[in-house]
Amino acid sequence: MIEIGLGHYLSLGAIVFFLGVIGIFLNRKNVIVILMSIELILLAVNINLISFSIFSGDIVGQIFTMLILTVAAAEAAIGLAIIVIYYRNKGSIRVEDIHGMKG
Amino acid sequence: MLTHSIFFYFFSVIAIFSSLMVITSRNTVNSVFFLILDFISVGCLFIMVGAEFLGMIILIVYVGAVAVLFLFVVMMLNVAEQKQSWFIGKKSTHIPIGLIVSVLILLELLVVVGGWKYKDDLMSSNTLYISDVSNTHQLGLVMYTDYILYFQLSGVILLLSMIGAILLTFRQRKGLKKQSYFNQISRNPSSSIELIEVKSNQGVKIDD
Repeated sequence: MIEIGLGHYLSLGAIVFFLGVIGIFLNRKNVIVILMSIELILLAVNINLISFSIFSGDIVGQIFTMLILTVAAAEAAIGLAIIVIYYRNKGSIRVEDIHGMKG
Repeated sequence: MLTHSIFFYFFSVIAIFSSLMVITSRNTVNSVFFLILDFISVGCLFIMVGAEFLGMIILIVYVGAVAVLFLFVVMMLNVAEQKQSWFIGKKSTHIPIGLIVSVLILLELLVVVGGWKYKDDLMSSNTLYISDVSNTHQLGLVMYTDYILYFQLSGVILLLSMIGAILLTFRQRKGLKKQSYFNQISRNPSSSIELIEVKSNQGVKIDD
């Protein structure tokens, strides 16, 4: 319990990942919270990669974390731009109002 | 070691609590604030465990850019008034299935983590830590040599996302007066100066 090992960090990553998936499934408010849940999931992946990189002594995990950071920033920018134009066209970004594709 | 565990539990409890608040808080602005708190505590964890450069990058990129972008969009779109909790309103059928799937994912991850054993040859990678240089130095030594292609490709991804975001949100407004540089510099005296005979006691209309 006192000794912090790889398992503690992996458990933290698993719990944050779980909360992100729950946020995607259970969201009833708006699409922005879904984007934030995706950011949480990517953060959990980053926690996993960095803890493996530290505890196994390999620097490559941190480089992959940096690439994931880049992709996450790009994804957030594109997603928020799509949300902005959707709001401009339809006037609402609630999840239950978005059913244009009948999915 | 005791200090390490105390700080680990402190930051992880804050991270888990704030990520819970991100997905449950009724106001979207509060969600963004808890997202910022989550990023900060995970960045502190990264700094604590020894990845200083990525902790600082998380603070700069996530807190300074992405979360502020979220905050701008939330405040611009006027969605903070939509205060509706999960289970009010129309009955949704995907909530129990979503709960089952999420709990299964958590259980699978915890089973994998709980049964984790180190392999013996885990340390036999070819890019080992060089312990006498700092973390940033190590990252630079590997990133600019072995992974230079991926580094450049991530730059291309950022450029593409910038172009895409600008193209998506660009709109042409009607009735704006804009400067036309080409028309401005391609004028010559013969086309822009006009001599007008003004009759006495009559005005001349020069504005067209």
